[in-house]
Amino acid sequence: MSGYWQEIFVLVGINFIVVLGVSILTGFTKLFSFGNAGFMSIGAYTSAILTTRFNVPFLLAVLAGAILAGLVGYGLGSLTLGLKGDYFLITTLGFGECVRVLFEYIQPVTGGAGGLSGITHYTDFTIVAISVVVAFIFAWTLIHSKYGRNLTAIREQEVAADAVGINTFKNKLLAFVVSAVYAGWAGGLYAHHLTYLEPKIFNLAKSAELTITTVIGGLGSLTGSFLGTCVVTLLPEVFRDLSTYRMLLYGIAVVVIITVKPSGLYGYKEFSITKIIRWFKNLSKRTSGTVEKGA
Amino acid sequence: MQINGLNKNFGGVKAIDSFNLQLEKGKIHGLIGPNGAGKTTIFNTITGIYKPDAGEIRFKGKDVTGLKPFQVAQLGVGRTFQNIRLFATLNVMENVLIASNLDITYNMLDSFLRLPKYKKEEKALREKAMELLKIVGLQDLVDAQANSLPYGHQRKLEIARAVALNPSLLLLDEPAAGMNKEESVELVEFIKEIKERFDLTVLMIEHHMDVVAGLCDHVTVLNFGKTIASGRLDEVKNNKMVVEAYLGEEK
Repeated sequence: MSGYWQEIFVLVGINFIVVLGVSILTGFTKLFSFGNAGFMSIGAYTSAILTTRFNVPFLLAVLAGAILAGLVGYGLGSLTLGLKGDYFLITTLGFGECVRVLFEYIQPVTGGAGGLSGITHYTDFTIVAISVVVAFIFAWTLIHSKYGRNLTAIREQEVAADAVGINTFKNKLLAFVVSAVYAGWAGGLYAHHLTYLEPKIFNLAKSAELTITTVIGGLGSLTGSFLGTCVVTLLPEVFRDLSTYRMLLYGIAVVVIITVKPSGLYGYKEFSITKIIRWFKNLSKRTSGTVEKGA
Repeated sequence: MQINGLNKNFGGVKAIDSFNLQLEKGKIHGLIGPNGAGKTTIFNTITGIYKPDAGEIRFKGKDVTGLKPFQVAQLGVGRTFQNIRLFATLNVMENVLIASNLDITYNMLDSFLRLPKYKKEEKALREKAMELLKIVGLQDLVDAQANSLPYGHQRKLEIARAVALNPSLLLLDEPAAGMNKEESVELVEFIKEIKERFDLTVLMIEHHMDVVAGLCDHVTVLNFGKTIASGRLDEVKNNKMVVEAYLGEEK
């Protein structure tokens, strides 16, 4: 694989890890967050500071970043997940901006708005590939277990979920913490890919992009999230010249998808080889049927 | 279950006014009254959606007043809703599986590594759900999306979901709403069967008097939050206050 494509793969892989988290939170639990870039930022800065200042091994630093993001997510979620939909969304939005401003403010630690440079380029193809596989398997097994069922129950009908004994608060907290850990994890990889960090990388637009990616890919589908990540990461690469209009294009894409196909490109179903084989078998049956009729 | 002196106000409105109820194990108890009498409010207070302003709710000898809805459910109170609340875009099987979540003891690691414990419990869960769906007669529709089912089946599925929780008390909020005579006759048999089979105590809200007559051992009549009569249906039927509540005062 050439260097360019490896680079693209690394970017798609990192974005996919964050989006998987958002997918569990938004696609399966119907909690909208506009603050997950904040968790990414926590993971990125924590791991970068650990490797540059304290010579902590790369993997350990990424792990620490992910855990810290998870802990912050736990604290924030405990305070805010009792709120109803829109109010919760506003708190996540506030959180994302707070983290950004805080990291600009504590200049001695983070380098402030001027940025943090001199991070070693540790993130390579292999580590991203392994991360993606582990993150995907964990998300998949989580969704296809009682945990995932409880989350979808909350998405579908929260009052009824309560009525069958599901602790909705605890399950929402689980989804929120998983999304924070994934964001922190991806943030750590991203920091050692870019080798340079500044707080505004993780602004509101980044958080919005994550949610938009999940919506475009399809709510309630992990493979759909992968599709969405590819579209959102690759299109700006293909249309480099139009990069100024990126947000505009996202906006149009979301409006089109919500009006034409509200569940997203691949909503509420998963990609599976067996289904495709079955579809082709049915197709051949149907076509042979018409041939017979024709004869 | 025993309820003593339950009060619930919304602003200045006394939605429930010193309500008392004693449920006998294995019996079907009816809650009737005109619209706005406070019947659903009583259900929502029992199941923890509303916190009562005064009074006490005891279930299996325990004080359950003010517990959260999921805690009340975990103690064994299953319910259905007046306006059906299924997990709409999920299929019939998933609706029942979700309600059995309390049967599961595996943890996240078991499921991540797909350990034998996960496999065993998931298999047992599916078998149990299938058995339940056979009893309610939805076994051929396991893969159908819940909101695509005809109305009567949706009602049945909602009851099946409530039963999957392994409750000892089942609260049914207008199970026969929107059903014609034939369907409600079938429903009466269905509820009787479910009650016997799963050894349930039932508290139901119902407007169809033939359903109430067919099922309820005991009825409580409410009007404007107050209990105006209580007893067997034929005793209550001729009570002057009950007649007035339904038909208006005699001139």
